[in-house]
Amino acid sequence: MFDETVTKAIFGRLGWESFPVHEPILLVTFIGVVIVGLGVVGAVTKYGLWGYLWREWFTSVDHKRIGIMYVILGIVMLLRGFADALMMRAQQAIAFGSNEGYLPAHHFDQVFSAHGTIMIFFVAIPLVVGLINFVMPLQIGARDVAFPFLNNLSFWLTVAGALLVMVSLFVGEFSRGGWLNYVPVTNLQNSPDTGPDYYLWALQIAGVGTTLSGINMVVTIIKMRAPGMTMMKMPIFCWTALCSNVLVIAIFPVLTAAFAMLMLDRYIGTDFFTNDLGGNPMLYWNLVWIWGHPEVYVLVLPVFGIYSEVTSTFTGKRLFGYSSMVYATVVITILSYLVWLHHFFTMGSGASVNSFFGIATMVISIPTGAKIFNWLFTMYRGRIRYGLPMMWVVAFMLTFTVGGMTGVLLAVPPADFVLHNSLFLVAHFHNVIIGGVVFGLFAGIDYWFPKAFGFKLDPFWGKIHFWGWVIGYWVAWTPIYIVGLMGATRRLRHFDDPAMQPFFVIAAIGAVIIAIGIAAFVIQIAVSIMRRDQLRDTTGDPWEGRTLEWSIASPPPNYNFAHTPVIHDLDAWYDMKRRGAERPAEGFHPIHMPRNTGAGVILSALALVLGFAMVWYIWWLAALSAVGLFVVGIAHTFNYNRDYYIPAETVERDEAARPRPVATGA
Amino acid sequence: MSDTAPEAPVFYDTQDTHHHAPGGSTMLGFWIYLMSDALIFATLFAAFGVLSTAYAGGPTPREIFELPLVALNTAILLVSSITYGFAMIAMQEGRLGGTRLWLALTGLLGAAFVGVELFEFSNLIAEGATPQHSAFLSAFFTLVGTHGLHVSFGIVWLVVMLVQLGQRGLHPENQRRLMCLSMFWHFLDVVWIGVFTFVYLLGVLR
Repeated sequence: MFDETVTKAIFGRLGWESFPVHEPILLVTFIGVVIVGLGVVGAVTKYGLWGYLWREWFTSVDHKRIGIMYVILGIVMLLRGFADALMMRAQQAIAFGSNEGYLPAHHFDQVFSAHGTIMIFFVAIPLVVGLINFVMPLQIGARDVAFPFLNNLSFWLTVAGALLVMVSLFVGEFSRGGWLNYVPVTNLQNSPDTGPDYYLWALQIAGVGTTLSGINMVVTIIKMRAPGMTMMKMPIFCWTALCSNVLVIAIFPVLTAAFAMLMLDRYIGTDFFTNDLGGNPMLYWNLVWIWGHPEVYVLVLPVFGIYSEVTSTFTGKRLFGYSSMVYATVVITILSYLVWLHHFFTMGSGASVNSFFGIATMVISIPTGAKIFNWLFTMYRGRIRYGLPMMWVVAFMLTFTVGGMTGVLLAVPPADFVLHNSLFLVAHFHNVIIGGVVFGLFAGIDYWFPKAFGFKLDPFWGKIHFWGWVIGYWVAWTPIYIVGLMGATRRLRHFDDPAMQPFFVIAAIGAVIIAIGIAAFVIQIAVSIMRRDQLRDTTGDPWEGRTLEWSIASPPPNYNFAHTPVIHDLDAWYDMKRRGAERPAEGFHPIHMPRNTGAGVILSALALVLGFAMVWYIWWLAALSAVGLFVVGIAHTFNYNRDYYIPAETVERDEAARPRPVATGA
Repeated sequence: MSDTAPEAPVFYDTQDTHHHAPGGSTMLGFWIYLMSDALIFATLFAAFGVLSTAYAGGPTPREIFELPLVALNTAILLVSSITYGFAMIAMQEGRLGGTRLWLALTGLLGAAFVGVELFEFSNLIAEGATPQHSAFLSAFFTLVGTHGLHVSFGIVWLVVMLVQLGQRGLHPENQRRLMCLSMFWHFLDVVWIGVFTFVYLLGVLR
C-alpha cells in the first residue's frame, strides 16, 4: 500500500502498462524510430556537428534558418502523418463482412485522430509558417523579422508540441476524439486515459508558438518594409502572409481558451462541456470551429500567394489583377470568420441561422473564383515555362476547382443534412487541402529551394514526385467521393456493404501511388544534394524572378541586404533589372544584427516536460518545470546584450565574393 | 506608362538612412498581443454568456455575489491604473525615485485586488459554490480567475521591473518595458470593467 502511494507520487499514473509492448505494430514502429534516431544521433556525433548545430541552427534567430527548420519539421511529420493514412486505407480496404481488418477499434480511432492532428498542426502549419518565415522578410527587403528571439521560441514551441504527439505513440495513448478532440467523447468520464490530455497539451504548447509567430509576422510586414514599398506595392505573397497571420491572431486565442476550458473540465472537474450540471458540449464545437474554419484559410491564403508568385514568374508577366487579388484575399479573410457553423448545420440552430451561414459560405467562392481567373489571365498570352513549380500550379487549378465546387455543394444546408459526416465531406476537404495547400507547398519548396541552398532541386525526381501526388490524389479520393454519396460515413473501421469494397481497394491503391510520390520527394532532395554542383545557381536569380528575394545571393548572407533596396514599383526586382539598377560595390556600413540565444530551446524543453508531467499527473515534475519556465523566462529579460554589428569590411568582403552578373537585361 | 525614366532613380539606400530602431516595433507588437489576449477574454465572456443561467439547481448570482465587496475591489483596481499613470509621468520626467515609488504603490494595490478576490473565492467555496458545482460557476470562476491570474502576472512583472530599474535606472529598454506593462495594466482594467458590468451587475439583476 505504501509502495503504491510512493510510486504514484513519483510517477503519477505512468506505469509499466503505459508502454504498449503487447502491440506488435507499435513495437516495430518504436524499434524503427529508435534505430533511425540512433543513426542520426550517431552520425551527428561522429562528424562532430553538435556544436555547429547548436550555435548555427538551434539557437539561431536568423529568420531564414528558422524557416528552413520549420520546413524540415513539416516534412518529417508528413512522413508520420502519411503512415497513419496508409494504415487507415489498408484497414478500410480489407475490413468488410466477417473480416475485421488488422486494427482494433481503439487503435484505429487513435490513428485517424493523430493523422488529422499531425497533418494540420505539425505538417501544414510548420510548412506554411516556414515558407513565410524564409521568404517574406526577403521580399520586403528586411534584414530579419521584428522579434527575432520570439521567432526562435515560436519554432521550438512547435517542436515541443510535435514531440509530445510523437511521445504519445509509444507512452500511453493518443486521443480517440478526432482531430478536434470532440466532446463528449473526450470528457473525463468517456476518455479517462491520457489521449485527450496529450492532444490538449501538445496543441496548447504549439498554439502559443503559432500565435507568437503570427504577431511577429504581422508586425514585420507593417513595420519593416523597405523604403518605397507601400502596401499596394508589396508582393502578393506578403499580402497573403499578412492576412493569414492576422487570422492566426484572431483565431488561436479562441482555440487556446476552448482547450483551456476542456482542460479544466478534465483536471479539476468543471462543467463547461459535460453532459450534466449545465454543461454544453456544442459550445466546444462552436468554439473550436470558430478557430477551425478560418484555420483553413490561414493555410490556403499564403499558398494562394505562392501560386501567384509562381504564375507571374513562370509566365514572365506581371500578375493579372494585382489589386483585385489583394481585395479578394482580404474579403476571404473577413468572410472566413463568419462561416464556422456550416460544420454542424445538423446542430439544429434553425432555418434562418443555417441560411445565413450557408449563404456566407457560398459567397466565399466568389473571391476565390476571382483568384482562379486572375491566374488564368496571367497565363493567357504569357510565355509559360513549365518548370516544376508551374506544373504544381496547373495541377492545383484543375484539382482545387473540383474541391471548391463540392464545397459549395456542401454549403447548401439541405444537401449538408444528407452529406454531413459522410466520406463525401472527407473527400471534399482532402480535395482542397491536398489540391490546394499541399500542391502549393511543394510548388513553394521547388520554387524557393535554390534561394535557400544555392542549387535547384532535381527535376527528374521532382516530376515523379509531382505525378505520384497528382495521379495518386485522383485515384485515392474519387472513389471516396463516390462511397460518400452511397452513404458511407467517416471514421468507420469496418463496413458491411460488400458493394463498397472495390472503391476502398482503389482508394488504397491511390494512397500507394501518393506514397511513391512522397518517396520520390525524399529521393529528390537526396539526389539534389549529391548533384548540387550540376544544379548550382550562381546568379541568385535562377527563375528570372520578379521580387526582391531574387536580387541577392543564394543562399542569402545572414544580413540579407548589404544595402537596403529602394522600391519604385510592384515586382521591384523586375523593375530594377528592367531599368538597369547597379548593385553598389562600395559604401558599406556596419549592419546591426540580433544575437543568437539558447533561451528558446530551453523554454520549449521545459514546456515539453511540463506537458508530459501534466499528462501523466506527475505533479512534482509539473510544478518544477513550471517554476523553471518562469525563472528562465524572467532571467532572459535580464540579458540586455542582444545585438551586435557586422563590420562594414565583412559585408564588403562577402558582397565582393559574390558573382556579379548584374541586374541588366532580364 | 513610359518606359524611359526621366532621371536615374535610386535603387539602393547607400547612405544607410533607412533604420529600424531596435525595439521600434515593440509597442505595435505588444498592442497586437493585447488584442489576442482580449480574444481569450472574449471567448471566456462568450462561454459565460452561454452558461450564465446553467445553474444546475445550484446557487444563482443574486444569492452569492457580494456587490459592495466587488465594488471596493473595482475601485482598488481603477486607482491602481491612476497610480500607474503617475509612474509613467515620473518616468517621462526622468525621475527614477518617483517612478519606483508609484510603481510600488501600483503593485500593492494590485496585490490588494488579488487578495480581495481570493477572499471572495474562498468564501464562495466555503459556502459550497465551487467551480465544479454548475456550469455557471465553472464559467464564473474561470473568467474572473483568468483576470486575476493576469493581474498576478502583472504584479510579478512589476516586481521584476522594480529590480531592473534598480540595476539600470531609466534605460531605454526599461522605459519600453514599462510602457508595455502600462498598456497591460490598463488593459486589465478595461477587461475588469467588462467583468464587473456583465458578470456582477447584470448577474444580480437577473
